[in-house]
This record gives sequence, C-alpha cells and structure tokens, in this order.
Amino acid sequence: MKAAQEISQPASLRSGLDVEAIRKDFPILARTVHGQPLVYLDNGATSQKPQAVIDALSHYYAEENSNIHRGVHYLSERATTVYEGAREKIKRFINAPKSQEIIFVRGTTEAINLVAQSYGRAFLKAGDEIIVSAMEHHSNIVPWQMLCEQVGARLRVIPINHDGELVMDEYRRLLTEKTKFVSVTHVSNALGTIVPVKEVVALARERGVPVMLDGAQAAPHLKLDVQEIGCDFYAFSGHKLFGPTGVGVLFGRSELLERMPPYQGGGDMISLVTFEKTHYNVLPYKFEAGTPHIAGGIGLGAAIDYLGTLNWKQVVAHEQDLLAYATDSLSSIPGLKIIGTAKEKAGVVSFVFDHVHAHDVGTILDQEGIAVRAGHHCAMPVMQRFGVPATTRASFAFYNTRDEVDALRRAIHRVLKVFG
Amino acid sequence: MSELDDLYQEVILDHNKSPRNFRAMENANRKAEGYNPLCGDHVTVYLKLKDGVIQDISFEGSGCAISKASASLMTAELKGKTEAQAKELFDNVHKMLTGESNGQDSGKGVGKLKILSGVCKFPARVKCASLAWHTVSSALKGTEGVATTE
Repeated sequence: MKAAQEISQPASLRSGLDVEAIRKDFPILARTVHGQPLVYLDNGATSQKPQAVIDALSHYYAEENSNIHRGVHYLSERATTVYEGAREKIKRFINAPKSQEIIFVRGTTEAINLVAQSYGRAFLKAGDEIIVSAMEHHSNIVPWQMLCEQVGARLRVIPINHDGELVMDEYRRLLTEKTKFVSVTHVSNALGTIVPVKEVVALARERGVPVMLDGAQAAPHLKLDVQEIGCDFYAFSGHKLFGPTGVGVLFGRSELLERMPPYQGGGDMISLVTFEKTHYNVLPYKFEAGTPHIAGGIGLGAAIDYLGTLNWKQVVAHEQDLLAYATDSLSSIPGLKIIGTAKEKAGVVSFVFDHVHAHDVGTILDQEGIAVRAGHHCAMPVMQRFGVPATTRASFAFYNTRDEVDALRRAIHRVLKVFG
Repeated sequence: MSELDDLYQEVILDHNKSPRNFRAMENANRKAEGYNPLCGDHVTVYLKLKDGVIQDISFEGSGCAISKASASLMTAELKGKTEAQAKELFDNVHKMLTGESNGQDSGKGVGKLKILSGVCKFPARVKCASLAWHTVSSALKGTEGVATTE
C-alpha cells in the first residue's frame, strides 16, 4: 500500500515543484498526438517552449523588429538594447565574469567549430594531441577530426567503462606534453552520464592545456557556473534550454578570445575596413559576423528569465525523482536493458531489447502519443562501445511527470505484445 | 485494422523473426552494402548474376523489423528475375512505399511485397523499407561504395 500511496502523491509534494502549474506554461503539452495526450520524452533532442518565449519572439517581430548595432533610429536602438540585454542574462545564467565573453552562435555545433577553427588552427600544429571522450556527440568529434587533418594533430579518446563513465586513470595517462587541447561533454546525450568536469578541467589546466565543455545536455538540467568549473570554453544551445532553435552560446575566457583570430569575416566584426587593412572589432563582436539571429537571442533571454522563476533545487530534485522512478519502472520490464548506468546521471534513460529494434519501439510508442528518440543519437562510437545498433531514449525535462513514465511503461508493454 | 496492425502484419513479423536468404554468399559475383545513417540500419546484399538473371540472392545485416522483413521479402521475390524485371519491381515498390501510387494502383505489380503497403502511412519508416532495394540496385549497377537511403 505504501508504494501505491507514493505513486498517487502529486509531484509537487515530492520535490516541492508545482509541475501541474508549470505544464500550463507550455502550450504544446496540452495537445494530442494520434488521439492520445502528448507525452513528450524527447527533450534531449529539443525542449518545448514556454508561452513567455513564444510571446517574446512574436513581440519582437510585431513591435521591435529592426537591425542591431547600426541604426540611429528608435527601433534599432530598442532591438539592440533587448538583444544585448539577453547577453547579460546569459552571462548571469552561467556566472561568466564578463558579458564580452558571451558570443552568440547558431548552437553548440557552431561553437565547437568556432573554437576548433579559430583557436585550433592558430595554436595547434603537427604532432600535437587533442583529447575527447568516447561518449561525445558527433559535433564534438568531427570538428576536431577536421582540425587534425588541417594541422596534422592527433585525436586521442578517453575510454568509458561499462556504466558509461569516463575512465579517469586513462585520462591522466593520455594527458602528456603533447596534449594541446581537451574537449569533452558535460552530460552525455546518449547515456545521461554527468561527467566530473571540475576534475577533468583541473587536470588539464595543471598542465596549461585549455578545456572546452559541450554543455548542450547539461544546461537544461544543471546549475551552471563556468568560474567554479574553471573551463576555458563552454557551449550550449538555446533550443535545448526552452528557447528558440538557431541560437546558442559560446563562453570563452577573454584572455584566449583576445588572442584568437576571427572565425568568419563580414559586417559587425570589424571596426575599420580599407582595402589595405581591416581592423577587427572588440569582443564579443569580433566573433559575430553578419546580422545575427536577433529574435533568437531575445527568445533565449526570455527562456532564461522563465527559468529564473523556478526554484532550481526543486527542478533538480524533481528530475532526479523522475529518473529514479523511470529507471526502476523500466528495469522491471522483461528483456529490457538500460544502456548508461553511471552513478551521476541527468534525466536520460536509454534502453534496448534483444529482439526488438529501437525504430520499431519508437513507431509503436508514437502511436500512443509518446515522443522518444530512436537511433544512434549522433553518438555512433557510443553505440559501438556498447555493441548495439541503436537505442530508444526517453529524456526528461522538469515538466514531465511520473504519470508520463507510467504511460511509457504501458506503451512498452504494447511493443512486447506486438513482437511476442 | 489499425495503421499499426497494418504495419506490423503477421507476415512481416515472421520475416523479421526468421528472415529468408539471410546469409553471406561465398560465390557471389556482385555485392553491395547499404546504410541508413538516420537509424544505423545496415545491410549487405549478395548476388549471383548470370546472363542478366539473378540466379541467387542473399543478405546480411542488422536493422529494424521493417528493414529486415523488406530485405527478406525482396530476396524471395527477386530470385530468378532478370535485371530489367528487378528494376521494374523496385520502381513499383518505391511508388507503393512513398504513397505515389494510391488507391487501386497501390501495390500494383509488386507481388507479395504488397504486404509492405502499410509503410506509406509511416513516412519516418519509408527509408527502412527501401534500404535493401537501394542496396540491390547498386549491386546490380556494380557500383562501388556504400548505398544510403539519403
């Protein structure tokens, strides 16, 4: 009886987070899919948007649309103020020392490419080594492979153990005088593992090696403090953080950004152009060529404002409750194996069956209104490490509930009924 | 019948569980690999082609029920066919899967493969069903490299 009582207890009593009220802030959560209430468990791919973000985008286009940093007219000044205000909000959100260290990019992928091409091409040479981990998303592998081809550097990979955790002893062994850059994920998108980034950074910085962190999956789940972590670069995407697609953030320590050449050339990134010589603009504009995604930046600012209205401790407690509940609930399904069992995990449950492919699972869940990701999660080396072609991944946000986990479990039973 | 039952019919589940012609072929004279980058489905098709006729055909690989069943049904259907007949069948199957042929025309000229007609209601799964076909057509062309569904 105790278990039943616990299950019927509203989510707000467990974590203190008023999930029912929060759900009303996200209009899409009220819709149905294939005649069933939407159960959105694909937050690792992209998160849903609160009304406040949708309103900010429409308000900007309806009332303030103008180009920034250019016009002397009212609208341009207004758009510039709101856009630059978003930069300030992001600075506070990750506790960056200066707002000039916040560079708007398209997303995490572009941020990593920017650092690889700008820092990497300027400061790495043949024989140097770059360290990544075995649980990286393709976006934190391929840009470094491209750099390796360009400058003759070599990519080294920190292995992971069977739970999906970094093997720190191997990392220590890989760190040598040849190591010139380290880039690892903060939270694994395919496994949910939370990487001990403070330790990863400290070990590299002891040797004077700069570290970049891919925070795409961490930003929506963890309280971020780039000064406490001590990293040189940190990247995340707006759309996974309840903001718009097409906008993201690169944080970089100004000492490094100052020394780096521009990534792209164009308007806004210059202070003076003549055919003889061009002078580059100051930070952060040196790295922001062309008209940016102004509405996106403003929308991301609105998302951060929205997150500011939530109690982060309660958010973390609620997500950890969902993770524990889902892990427990799904583990009891015959034949289901969870991939990624690290001690420290964010709200991701990736699983496989011996006899049912993830794609078939995904299709049947979809018919029940449940959105999950089925595939290799842009992390093919992770799939190879665990010897599976693909997994089904349920990834949670703070607006998910235990009832939705129950719906997932029931739908998985339907999958097993189809496949016998 | 619901769309889901239509997709996962008994015959498809049976071909998934016990795929026909599921083996490597040692004396094959044509071979091609197919890969669906979206979901990681991977298939290798082997052919013994003589005087323009497919004398033997087999496949290996890993994938979802739809891709495996489609490959299995395909091998059963293509054995003994000429290259031209195979191409015509591929065109008809492709039209059926993408919903290009509809109503009475749907599934015309595809033989037993009509069982896959439910796939057209699931756009995300069309590539799963067509992977083996793309692969066999690159094997027939004798082109090198990996066929993809993209």
